[in-house]
Amino acid sequence: MSQSTTAVREPLLRIAKREGTTLPQKILVRAVAILLALVVDALFIFFVTGLNPLAVYGVMWGGTFANMTRFSWMLRDLSILLCVGIALAPAFKMRFWNCGGEGQILIGGLIAALVMVYQGNNLPAPALFAAMAIGSMAAGALWGFVPAWFKSRWGTNETLFTLMMNYVATSIVACMTNIMRGQASSLGTLNKATKAGWFPVIMGQRYTINIIVVIVLTFAMYAYLKFSKQGYEISVVGESENTARYAGINVRRVTVRTMLISGAICGLCGFLIVAGKDQTIATTSAGGRGFTAIIVAWLAKFNTFYMALISFLLVFLERGASEIASAYSLNEYAADIITGVILFFILGSEFFINYRLILRGAHKEGK
Amino acid sequence: MHSSLIAWIMRAIPFGTIIMYGALGETVTEKSGNLNLGVPGIMYLGGFAGFASAWAYENTAANPNGLVSILIAMICAIAASMLGGLIYAFLTISLRANQNVTGLALTTFGMGVANFFGVFILNGASYSAAPVANKAFAAKIPVLSGLGAVGQVVFSYGFLVYAAIVLAIAMHWFLTRTRAGLNLRAVGENPATADAAGINVTLYKYLSTCIGAGICGIGGLYYVLDYNQGIWATTGQIEALGWLAVALVIFTTWKPLNAIWGAYLFGMLYWLYQFLPTLLGVTLASYMTDLVQMLPYVVTVLVLIAVSMRKKKEDQPPAHLGLAYFREER
Repeated sequence: MSQSTTAVREPLLRIAKREGTTLPQKILVRAVAILLALVVDALFIFFVTGLNPLAVYGVMWGGTFANMTRFSWMLRDLSILLCVGIALAPAFKMRFWNCGGEGQILIGGLIAALVMVYQGNNLPAPALFAAMAIGSMAAGALWGFVPAWFKSRWGTNETLFTLMMNYVATSIVACMTNIMRGQASSLGTLNKATKAGWFPVIMGQRYTINIIVVIVLTFAMYAYLKFSKQGYEISVVGESENTARYAGINVRRVTVRTMLISGAICGLCGFLIVAGKDQTIATTSAGGRGFTAIIVAWLAKFNTFYMALISFLLVFLERGASEIASAYSLNEYAADIITGVILFFILGSEFFINYRLILRGAHKEGK
Repeated sequence: MHSSLIAWIMRAIPFGTIIMYGALGETVTEKSGNLNLGVPGIMYLGGFAGFASAWAYENTAANPNGLVSILIAMICAIAASMLGGLIYAFLTISLRANQNVTGLALTTFGMGVANFFGVFILNGASYSAAPVANKAFAAKIPVLSGLGAVGQVVFSYGFLVYAAIVLAIAMHWFLTRTRAGLNLRAVGENPATADAAGINVTLYKYLSTCIGAGICGIGGLYYVLDYNQGIWATTGQIEALGWLAVALVIFTTWKPLNAIWGAYLFGMLYWLYQFLPTLLGVTLASYMTDLVQMLPYVVTVLVLIAVSMRKKKEDQPPAHLGLAYFREER
């Protein structure tokens, strides 16, 4: 009626949903985000340490590519991180916030270590590896099953349940390592003399089996999520539980089944860490990867191949930072800061993929 | 037996205070519908900023004064943690990034910043101390703390312990009795309705996230300058405390008053492993104490399950917790 009294000034910026962003646009947005993050990190490096950021980035590059040993370390870390990411992907696609990767890895690794120590001399190598793998997958699956069952039955908040399960696992690992080490001050390398339960060195590369297992998992999980009926059910439940129920999907069953898979792969990762990387178990064996992998899985939108790329980026930064740490006698926590900044920028950049900003006065009618 | 009970309580209350601040801050944040999993990172930021400023003050001023040092440390701790909260708020509220993932990234970032700059202060030593600030923060109540066992149990802590209780009561009053508090809860329950009622959803979310982060930061400050005797060392301890604070929010079913006794109960459970042997008159093997340490977490899980089974309306999390709000979304 009275236009003059209700005339509100148009805001400077308006936000609208963006439909159908093309692939090149998406790549461009993310590339700009990473570039900006690197600039911010460079400024940070310069103002805090006074070092030439380009030289520092050069040293970081060397952390991965300086020689074959470095490259092999990078592959080792990449395969473990990617493995956890693959494990978490189905759960997160279902919008089940599995923050318990850490605990699932630890408990799986613990079972692998126990089998290794107490059956290492009794079983032949193939049976030993089988027992370790099956045991650790079962343990990880159990750790995933408990919160999933309560969630499906009573809607118990899974973010916090899985988070708490991490500490239960940590306590159990602390207790068992305490028993296993006896009077010694630390557990040390397991089966040092017999090397029973150690993955063999293949083609001069200690981590070959880990890498192969993770490559297989990458393809398998991609296919599972993309082409299988179960994968389809997961994405429907993730989009809308009501739709899933209406379509006749048994949400409870899908929840529990997916978490069994997610937990089992985390447990398997624990096995890979114990048998193929550390040859021991400690409360720090998972090393925060259960959390980092959440970010990996989420940023990659659960596409395992993108996950490999993002894992590479993170591991590259981490290895680079430890290289800087030794070269300039800084400390390795620089990696956490650099990674944090890059993650903030990538997370923020999602906005520009999903929405567009409209400046005041820029009307495009009929669009 | 009697004296070990007193010793146990005197351990539990300072411990509880750290996570009470974390839980109270997170409660304010979650009431606006923001699930900030960056609490550990924010506590790192607050703890480090508080320590670093107090340390710098002590090492530059000719005659460091306890009161000034309290003031400086508090301001820096709150400012740093609010900045951390602001990063989270900008990403999740304005840019609508996923809350869980952003929170986890903030935890990584905060821990990195604190421990990275901490190394410069350590300068090769394994720890570094701010004794003046510690003395000021840990000063007991003069006369009352001398009154036998009661005085010891009730009055022998630094002022932040009592401030936490006051804060919890004030927050209860704010959330249930003031217009702003009710508006805040409306934003967390149903932002679209709150928006329609003329509440500025974005403003409420920003303010509660940043103020909540500031309160969490005091927890970190209390940890370093009082609980840890004013000593900074590269540590992973604050991270575990931060997650415990997040757990405490669930335990209290989002009610600040419950945080008071809940925090102390967590403290008792956490230190149980050290006092259980003397209280029961048995000696525990060291591996058993490792197992006893999982108790606070197991109790939280049990509460979580019990709350979800009872489905009482007033015990539920804010309905819109963890979800971004976009006005034009249907």
